[in-house]
Amino acid sequence: MKHITRKASLQVNQNEGLIFEKSSAGKAAWKLPPLDVPEVDASKLLGASERKDLGSMPEVSEIEIIRHFTRLSTWNYAIDLGMYPLGSCTMKYNPRVNEAVARVEGIANGHPYQPEKISQGALYILKTLSEQLIEITGMDAITLQPAAGAHGEMTGLLMVRAYHQSKGNARKKILIPDSAHGTNPATAAMVNYAVENLKSDSRGMVDLAALEAQMNEDVAALMLTNPNTLGVFEQDIHKIADILHAKGGLLYMDGANMNALVGKVRPGDFGVDVMHLNLHKTFSTPHGGGGPGSGPVAIKKILEPFLPTPVVVTKPDGTFAFDYNRPQSVGRVRAFYGNFGMFVRALAYIQANGPDGLRQTTEDAVLNANYIRKGLEGTYDLPYSTPTMHEVVFSDKLQAKKGVRTMDIAKRLIDYGFHPYTTAFPLIVPGALMIEPTESESKEEMDLFIEAMTSIAAEVEEDPQTVLDAPHSTRVSRLDETAAARRPVLRWKPAV
Amino acid sequence: MLKAIGLRSVDDLFAPIPAEYRLTRDLKVPRQMAESEIVDFFRQRSRENGEDYTSFLGAGAYAHYRPVIIDSLISRGEFLTAYTPYQAEISQGTLQAIFEFQSMICELTGMEVANASMYDGSTAAAEAVMMAVRLTGRRSVVVARSLHPEYREVLATYATHQGMPLTVAGFDDDGRLNLEELEKSITAETGCVLIQSPNFFGTIEDVASIAEIAHKHGAMLVVSIAEAVSLGIVEPPRDADVIAMEAQSFGVPLGFGGPYCGVIATREKFVRQMPGRLVGQTIDKQGRRGFVLTLATREQHIRREKATSNICTNQALVALMVNIFMTVYGKVGLKELAKQNLAKTAYAAGEFAKHGKVLFGGAPRFNEFVMQTSEDPKAINSRLLERKIVGGLPLKKFYPELGNAALWCCTELTTRSAIDDAAGLLCEGPARPTTERSAKEKEKEEAAEVAR
Repeated sequence: MKHITRKASLQVNQNEGLIFEKSSAGKAAWKLPPLDVPEVDASKLLGASERKDLGSMPEVSEIEIIRHFTRLSTWNYAIDLGMYPLGSCTMKYNPRVNEAVARVEGIANGHPYQPEKISQGALYILKTLSEQLIEITGMDAITLQPAAGAHGEMTGLLMVRAYHQSKGNARKKILIPDSAHGTNPATAAMVNYAVENLKSDSRGMVDLAALEAQMNEDVAALMLTNPNTLGVFEQDIHKIADILHAKGGLLYMDGANMNALVGKVRPGDFGVDVMHLNLHKTFSTPHGGGGPGSGPVAIKKILEPFLPTPVVVTKPDGTFAFDYNRPQSVGRVRAFYGNFGMFVRALAYIQANGPDGLRQTTEDAVLNANYIRKGLEGTYDLPYSTPTMHEVVFSDKLQAKKGVRTMDIAKRLIDYGFHPYTTAFPLIVPGALMIEPTESESKEEMDLFIEAMTSIAAEVEEDPQTVLDAPHSTRVSRLDETAAARRPVLRWKPAV
Repeated sequence: MLKAIGLRSVDDLFAPIPAEYRLTRDLKVPRQMAESEIVDFFRQRSRENGEDYTSFLGAGAYAHYRPVIIDSLISRGEFLTAYTPYQAEISQGTLQAIFEFQSMICELTGMEVANASMYDGSTAAAEAVMMAVRLTGRRSVVVARSLHPEYREVLATYATHQGMPLTVAGFDDDGRLNLEELEKSITAETGCVLIQSPNFFGTIEDVASIAEIAHKHGAMLVVSIAEAVSLGIVEPPRDADVIAMEAQSFGVPLGFGGPYCGVIATREKFVRQMPGRLVGQTIDKQGRRGFVLTLATREQHIRREKATSNICTNQALVALMVNIFMTVYGKVGLKELAKQNLAKTAYAAGEFAKHGKVLFGGAPRFNEFVMQTSEDPKAINSRLLERKIVGGLPLKKFYPELGNAALWCCTELTTRSAIDDAAGLLCEGPARPTTERSAKEKEKEEAAEVAR
């Protein structure tokens, strides 16, 4: 490596097979207490339903399990190791007090069906978080039930559909800008709406003339991400809302990028009717390798009758209860009340920040993204010069001349000790490099990132092959994804 | 940094936001709290949340012991604070763990492929039904009334706008699906039959007979499993075409209902219609074994409105808890664990039968049973609550036809003395010295235990 990185160095890495390959009969990591009731004869109780054999489930000792998963863990990159600049994913620091409070006995072990009388603590958390998220978004009501962002989108569109239905016409389609996340059209399809694409203008924003032309009484709603996936705030947002509202349509906001707005501006104040939040993005709950998430949906008053059941209410005596009697509800979208453990973490995050902290978080997130933009402008092509908020999207136009594409640059970034940025998204930017540092990064970490990206750009000029073959420092090199899909091996099987 | 960007103040960064919408006041949320205050706040909520009660609740959320190494391992930042493993070279830890999870779920369910997790058991069941509808091209669905009532509600929500008519088939005197009613409900338009086993009453369904009837009419069978621990001693529904599971029992805290861990498992030939992420094995340029997310052409980020589902985020960290739990108990432990659940429940049902009617005795059950009483179960539960015992789930709201009935659950954590205490309080009457007596009994037992 010609350009040695200041951030990372190589380290011995432990090899580890599959857990099944370590198994042998007689090893165990469990112990049950002696049975304090009479033993039973399972074959007598269960008859033909009795299971005799658990196949090739592993038998291993406790230290083997600890080492197994610890070794696996060292093969992962993580926020705890450094900047994780995935655009639109908001990989911010996950405070550890959140983890501690989620594990307090009565919170971790509360049963969803325990009587309300002894569930006041959990209900208090549900109610308090609801109220604070309503205040942060400027909306009128909320449901915490959806399990993730896409699930929130579905819940939101169900309410949109129920609202139009109550007016006598459910309408036929949803408008979705070409810059939108893939979940938006997939969600519309699940709620049986047709999807109509809306093109962006030269600034990367909604084309008002196109919207005006496409808007009619068949359109149920526009699903808009704001700031959009280019990190650009839709300045004409209120005009957009007016165009929709004039024809009876609703404005849905995908809140994936709420980290650019908290404490500075509220969607409820600029015309949004319904929106989802991603607690695992904006509100610091951990991504955990892909989940769990949580996707509350905040709404304006007109949609309140359609909220999923149950809704938390305050009784005249000041105690909290679940209200199931909601005849116009869209129904349940999940058993129980949602990903409660994530509510606890999000509430702890809001408490640790307070009004000033929440505002500063947003300011720092936007400042950081603009610092990186400035640092890399010129080195990488910036397809839209419009001012950006919490993330910035470059393209690989300059590097593509040497045959190096965004994914190659991303893979090379790994050798420099960083997780790649988001590649090839949004679709309106060919060869996109989408970078979101979040507020968590220090100037020092971002300088290292800019240095790495600048160095890779130089490598592309001098020695593009090094970049094309990257990563060079990982335990495995680029994996054959085509072979994986052509002949899928989706589970381990014992050797015959 | 501002200077580097060429700006004077942070407010300049927010210039793109029209001034009339900018918030010029503080958000109305409480002032910043210190860590100690946050911890105090949640400790107080915990005290208001029944933290020291003994519970007989199950019904889709089960209290099993969680080995401590689960939290030790999932708290490692490399698992906790990683993103979805799209960048395979620096995500091999998460990817291999998911591959092992998929493998163990297959082993336990008797299926050939399992996905990397779904939100929970209820949404997994709804998605599994939609998958069966796509596979058969037939849109209507027969749902067992003995399926978890909230799972039924979720399915109804998902089905409403997909043009999927639902028919409910009732249960027999033994708590199992009424096969005649099933047969009558299936039409040439039925895409699948959805049942739960052990069902909502804890009763194990006759899956083979149900599968035969469904298949005879060209419908698929989707089986929901809400109590994963049952798989240690109850034969998995091998005749099912799709299994939709809730794996919460495997090391996931009750957490007032979530986050939990749904999973879908099925046959290899159906995999391209399966929703959710999948990890597959492959090789790198040097021929070394490695793992990647695969078959992404089913998913929303590639297929957009033509995707099998809109699911994106799943329950990866919770699936890791499940994975570690399955590894800890393994081949022998899972069986022994399930056996203890079976024994405790058999004992409780026997004791409870002395004070009321335990329903559905005609079919095998796992760790739940329905108890019918002359008194309203809510009144019984108030009596129990005074002794810090949470009684069974009153069923009137979900199954008014069962009258005064409640669903009780015992796991390996339910002690004999708790069962005896609860049994003693089932019937109204002069205050019995149950607690005192059982305390004495407990002492005696403990002494006997030590002597042994």
